[in-house]
Amino acid sequence: MRRETLFNTALCLGLVAFPLWAQATDQPFLITLATRAVILALAGVGLNIALGLGGLVSLGHAAFFGIGGYAMGILASHAQNYDPLIEWPLSIEGTTSMPVIWLIALAASALAALAIGALSLRTSGVYFIMITLAFGQMFYYFAISWPAYGGEDGLSIYVRNGFPGLNTLDPLTFYGLSLAMLALGLVVAWQLARSPFGLALNAARQSAMRARTVGLSPYGLRLTAFVISGTLTGLAGALFADLNRFVSPTMFSWQTSGEIVVFVILGGVARLFGPVAGAVLFVTLEHVLGGVSDYWHIYLGALLLGVVLFARGGLIGSICGPAVRHD
Amino acid sequence: MSAVLLAEQILNGLQFGVMLFLMSAGLTLVFGVMGLINLAHGSLYMIGAFAAAAVAGATGSFLLALVAALAAAAAAGALVEMLVIRRLYDRDHLDQVLATFALILIFSEGTRWVFGSFPLFLDIPPWLSGPVTLPGGIQYPTYRLVLIGVGLAVAGALGLLITRTRLGIRIRAGESDREMIAALGVDIRRLYTIVFALGAALAGLAGALVGAIQSVQVGMGEPVLILAFVVIVIGGIGSIRGALVGALLVGLTDTLGGLFLPRLFALVMEPSAAASVGSALASMAIYILMAGVLIWRPTGLYGARA
Repeated sequence: MRRETLFNTALCLGLVAFPLWAQATDQPFLITLATRAVILALAGVGLNIALGLGGLVSLGHAAFFGIGGYAMGILASHAQNYDPLIEWPLSIEGTTSMPVIWLIALAASALAALAIGALSLRTSGVYFIMITLAFGQMFYYFAISWPAYGGEDGLSIYVRNGFPGLNTLDPLTFYGLSLAMLALGLVVAWQLARSPFGLALNAARQSAMRARTVGLSPYGLRLTAFVISGTLTGLAGALFADLNRFVSPTMFSWQTSGEIVVFVILGGVARLFGPVAGAVLFVTLEHVLGGVSDYWHIYLGALLLGVVLFARGGLIGSICGPAVRHD
Repeated sequence: MSAVLLAEQILNGLQFGVMLFLMSAGLTLVFGVMGLINLAHGSLYMIGAFAAAAVAGATGSFLLALVAALAAAAAAGALVEMLVIRRLYDRDHLDQVLATFALILIFSEGTRWVFGSFPLFLDIPPWLSGPVTLPGGIQYPTYRLVLIGVGLAVAGALGLLITRTRLGIRIRAGESDREMIAALGVDIRRLYTIVFALGAALAGLAGALVGAIQSVQVGMGEPVLILAFVVIVIGGIGSIRGALVGALLVGLTDTLGGLFLPRLFALVMEPSAAASVGSALASMAIYILMAGVLIWRPTGLYGARA
């Protein structure tokens, strides 16, 4: 595990040093790119709680990513148009304050995860994969056919939302905020994996029957993990929407779900920093290969196929060797 | 609302349903026999549509185009099975999902590279275009009626194939015990390739047939793929009969939901609000149907295993 610790430390240092270097050499574009990677990493860290820890292959996490995004879009657009969110029974205004938006994004995605999880977790295996995919698609079509918030065209926000005491329009400041949220997500994931809950969840992943025999409830454990997982991904969605100052049904699309899974796998499943490594690699590839060819998805597909067929364990697994796992 | 409109919409729902069945049958067979979840099934649908559009453009013959769609999709399916899918049978579902997701990326971008980003058009042949008058004075497009006929015929043929032929016996044996039929001397690798190519050919046929009433473009397969997942979740994975019942249920729910829900809300709301709420809910109707079936029967209507 020492090599993995070394790798993780280098990754963290890189995440701090790279934007500072970009700032010093006056390349704000690279800071935006790094912000994108950090936010997508947070979405991956969220999914990894369900996927890595709980063994739940969710292909519907775009639902939570999109709900977080739309929470930001809806609140900010109401505030910017001075149009109350609801007027009855009491008048509630929109808001452009990031902490408030984040809390609402967290609550909304947690609720959605609770509903989707409660239904989907009645099944397992391949049914679970297909059902989460279908629920994700349900939100996608709902967002397209609901005209109040832009429908198919999406919703633009004129100015990035504010954070008390900080100037979020400065790319480096917004990067710092996103990195702080990623760090928070990583701490949650780390503590969760070490906690009695995490150990019980791991037991349920390895053998649901044995877990039941010692008095644990796999359904309850999985549902809790799924909700925490969806909530973190929802927070990433709110940040992502703020980065682009734009939300659209694309955030709900099945490709988004697929890409979040790809971050986790490219980096390494069930490793704390796996999604971070994966998202950084993905955004780098997108930038480098996207510059080489319009058809860069072919190369991404070939690389992914290679990782699945030959390099199991992802980037961290190939560099640091197999994880110490007791299953 | 007139009875004619209702009859038309029911026929549209049936047509949509039988096309979904062609997609779902392959998926459910591949899962039942090989235990594989194949996200790239939508790409085979797309390949069928593109092959048909290309051949129809070159020769002008719709029948040749259909043959080309079947052949191209079956060949692509067999090739992919031998090169990639074969290595995935022993892996867990996560690896299967990722590898087939990678295949989607390769197929979609490859098709965009060859054919460009603009949609192609596949015309309905003259001898199938125009309406036909059904009993009761309903004018209905001939082509859509033919689609219903073709879909039901394929469903019947598939049923006979599974229950009456030697290949069908092997497929059913493969579903219940892989090791045993390998031990009895059946070449299981060849059987898997044949089943996969059969499923691919059905998807390709669906792509070509639907391509004539929609545009043929990159990414056309995945929305249908996800609907096919809903179908087999409702019907029960591995069951052909479940796929047929599920497909017809989904087709009818989607079409009739779009017709009835806005009208239903118009009874209690003002028209513009009713139209938007109704259409938003109609787009969710099949997923609500799926959730309902799951609560009632978690392994689907005809499913045996979880």
